Amino acid sequence: MDNRARIITILKTVSKKTSVPDADESLFDSGFLDSFALPDMVGELEREFSIKIPDSDLNPRKFESISRIESYIDSRK
Amino acid sequence: MAFLKSFGSYLPSRVVSNDELAAGLNCAPDWIREVSGIEERRYASPDESTASMAVAAAQQCLERAGLTAGDIGLFIVASGSSERRFPGPAVTVAHQLGAGQAPAFDLPIASAGSLFGMALAATLAEAHGHVLVVASEKMSTVVAREPVEPGVAILFGDGAGACIVSPGSGPARILDHVLHSDGAFAEDLRLEFDAPLAMNGRSVIMQASRKIPSGIAEILERNHKPASVVEVFLMHQANQNLIDRVARALEVEPAKFYSNIRCYGNTSAASMLIAAAEWWQNPGPRPGQIICFAAFGAGFHWGALLAEA
Repeated sequence: MDNRARIITILKTVSKKTSVPDADESLFDSGFLDSFALPDMVGELEREFSIKIPDSDLNPRKFESISRIESYIDSRK
Repeated sequence: MAFLKSFGSYLPSRVVSNDELAAGLNCAPDWIREVSGIEERRYASPDESTASMAVAAAQQCLERAGLTAGDIGLFIVASGSSERRFPGPAVTVAHQLGAGQAPAFDLPIASAGSLFGMALAATLAEAHGHVLVVASEKMSTVVAREPVEPGVAILFGDGAGACIVSPGSGPARILDHVLHSDGAFAEDLRLEFDAPLAMNGRSVIMQASRKIPSGIAEILERNHKPASVVEVFLMHQANQNLIDRVARALEVEPAKFYSNIRCYGNTSAASMLIAAAEWWQNPGPRPGQIICFAAFGAGFHWGALLAEA
């Protein structure tokens, strides 16, 4: 499974939604994530990709869309 | 060695329900409760100030300690919503209490102000004697500034809390404290002069969700105590969803986190001391109990303080 597919799987779990937003669609504006779901998303990304995301990287814009999350994960590999 | 001697609080009499607030903000009362856990809050009257509310909380705290203002060696007043740039409310509070010329200074750092004040008091009590830490906020005037942001206005209320930290004795001994600050996020929660409160809610929640548990874990680990031995967590009352999240992160049952946010909303710096004042009265500390204080707020500033009854 590629990174995008793994991110989408996590997003479905955290958001409890079965649909998938466009890769560049805002996860906040589209209702997939709210302020309290975002930390859950970050925690699941850490577990799935075996990385520790430092507090300094916890800028909501980095996790705004599937493509932004994918870019961030790629930057950490 | 420093001790927690007593706590006091003051809440304005006017109760503002979600129904009343929602009608003015064009939102649903149920939505307010869902996103924050808040059902009502208190608003100060126009003739009440951060200083007058602080005095009321301090007087209750002094009375419970069996002390007078003349017994206090140092006054620390935390407020992020004081009415002017300087002098802050500390000197007015000390003067109105009848403290003479004892030193008094302000901590204008909002939500974590009372925790920082208690930590400072623990360090300074040996040199100054009894230290009165007061936190007072009149957030109703802040959130009323135009343009009103409903997502911010629903959260806040007014009130004051107080604590006396003493060098000699008290119901609980302060064991340790940890304080941290990170200016990288200073823009994410700020209050400019005469401007509305600016809050990047996503950033605040994300950082608080990490930093509060890490601060608590740090102080517990340093003192070789598992979270399970803590009798009560007296935390800044920012949002019930955040309090529950911190409990989950520490694998502690949520009931161990004292909560009164349903009744008062987020009273910023005052909230942790108001919660402590209520818990101190009922059920109150019993010998051997471990009590953990924690706060997080604009700055970001955060930390924790551990005490043993």
